[in-house]
Amino acid sequence: MNKFSLADVNLWYNDFQALKNITMDIPANMITAFIGPSGCGKSTLIKSLNRMNDLVEGCKITGNIMLDGEIIYGNIDVNLLRKRVGMVFQKPNPFPMTIYDNIAYGPRTHGIKSKFKLNEIVEKSLRDAAIWDETKDRLKKSALSLSGGQQQRLCIARALSVQPDVLLMDEPTSALDPISTSKIEELVIKLKKDYTIVIVTHNMQQAARISDNTGFFLLGELIEYGGTGQIFSVPGEKRTEDYITGRFG
Amino acid sequence: MKIAGLFKMKRRKPLDFVLFALTWICIGLTVSVLALVVGYVLINGVMYIRPSLFAFQYTVENQSLFPALVGTLMIVAMALTLSVPIGVFSAIYLVEYAKRGSRFVRIVRVTTETLAGIPSIVYGLFGFIFFGVVLGWGLSLMSGAFTVSIMILPLIMRTTEESLKAVPDAFREGSFGLGAGKLRTVGRIVLPAAMPGILAGVILAIGRIIGETAAIIFTLGNVARMPNNLFDTGRTLSAHMYALANEGTHPGEAHATAAVLLIVVILINALSSRIARLIKAS
Repeated sequence: MNKFSLADVNLWYNDFQALKNITMDIPANMITAFIGPSGCGKSTLIKSLNRMNDLVEGCKITGNIMLDGEIIYGNIDVNLLRKRVGMVFQKPNPFPMTIYDNIAYGPRTHGIKSKFKLNEIVEKSLRDAAIWDETKDRLKKSALSLSGGQQQRLCIARALSVQPDVLLMDEPTSALDPISTSKIEELVIKLKKDYTIVIVTHNMQQAARISDNTGFFLLGELIEYGGTGQIFSVPGEKRTEDYITGRFG
Repeated sequence: MKIAGLFKMKRRKPLDFVLFALTWICIGLTVSVLALVVGYVLINGVMYIRPSLFAFQYTVENQSLFPALVGTLMIVAMALTLSVPIGVFSAIYLVEYAKRGSRFVRIVRVTTETLAGIPSIVYGLFGFIFFGVVLGWGLSLMSGAFTVSIMILPLIMRTTEESLKAVPDAFREGSFGLGAGKLRTVGRIVLPAAMPGILAGVILAIGRIIGETAAIIFTLGNVARMPNNLFDTGRTLSAHMYALANEGTHPGEAHATAAVLLIVVILINALSSRIARLIKAS
């Protein structure tokens, strides 16, 4: 089943065309990786999926993006869309408040006030993001006291707290050390049971290790898209092969 | 740095030592000037502080500064009540809502910067004519407070703008990414993060109000008596000091007033930073 269906998506930042005729389906409960050199549009595309691009001035988008068959650039509540399609950013960005309040912020935003319910959500989210054991005794401490890797898992927990369907991850491990990275990769694989995951990565091994499908982007175009095993072993395009084998990028 | 370290440095690199010595001289100069002023005011003032200076009524005998102290606190409270909400909300609009770099924002910015550069006597004259004469408020707490609130508005706007801009966009993205709207993002994430900077601006503004004389004398007047209501005249500590020093008959009381003024400023600053800490902790 497809979570997202994109048809002829074009996107401009003022005069610069960042995405060109992107047509692809993103299947549910799988990990889809976007790879490609810097400036190829992969981050732009992932940000189009929850309309974070709306915040960028001069950004114009045409074509069609559907989530569960519903057009997301039509007349819908953007806040509800972002609740359904959570996001984890490149650099860990916990809010300058306690660990507990970081997680409770999302549910509170969507109207949950009961202390009991919030406690439950905080614990479940932290458990799901595999950081409960490290934080359960310091929930009232500032989130900024955590290490970089812990902060990123906290951000994943925060994204999970509003019970999204989809988790968008924009290079979530690029600012982390190898041990933290492998923890997050394990986590992502575990999460795909319940969530659809789209991950942008600069790390080819990472895409090969964790993703089910891979899309290769170059200069705003989707060059090749298919099963990860196939893309990495028998790429159909010369450019894909050159990139994967490290000849450019 | 220990003295031994200094000598070690001297042996290694002469230029390092010279720069190091220069920074220390500069720090020493700054601190000693400050210490000199504070010391001078306190030493000359404290010995004249006596209970009768705090008598409720000012008389020629007691030279009480109490009415002026009350006037100062009233003006500070009233001016802040007027300008902090307006300044903070304007800054929020400029940074969070207005289109970045738009013509309107640029015009507002140039205007506030110009306002910040106008000498206070001009504000005094304006306040006297507009609030005092045109609106008919005369020399009063209202005229004074409105006038100084216009004076500190640019200061509060600028410091608030700067501290809002200093809040990383990553916080905003994180909040929007969870489905929070603009209002919630600004109110729950951006404003708390910017609060220490905003309070620093408010402290500066308080300092400016307390130190103001020209605009105050033009609008509040300089009558040494307890104001009966908001449309009554009065004086502030600075204006009181100016009057005492000007008359030349009570230099001791003028010094005492200066000492009290200094202590009031220190107390207000301590209070503000305590509030800032409390807000940060909650």
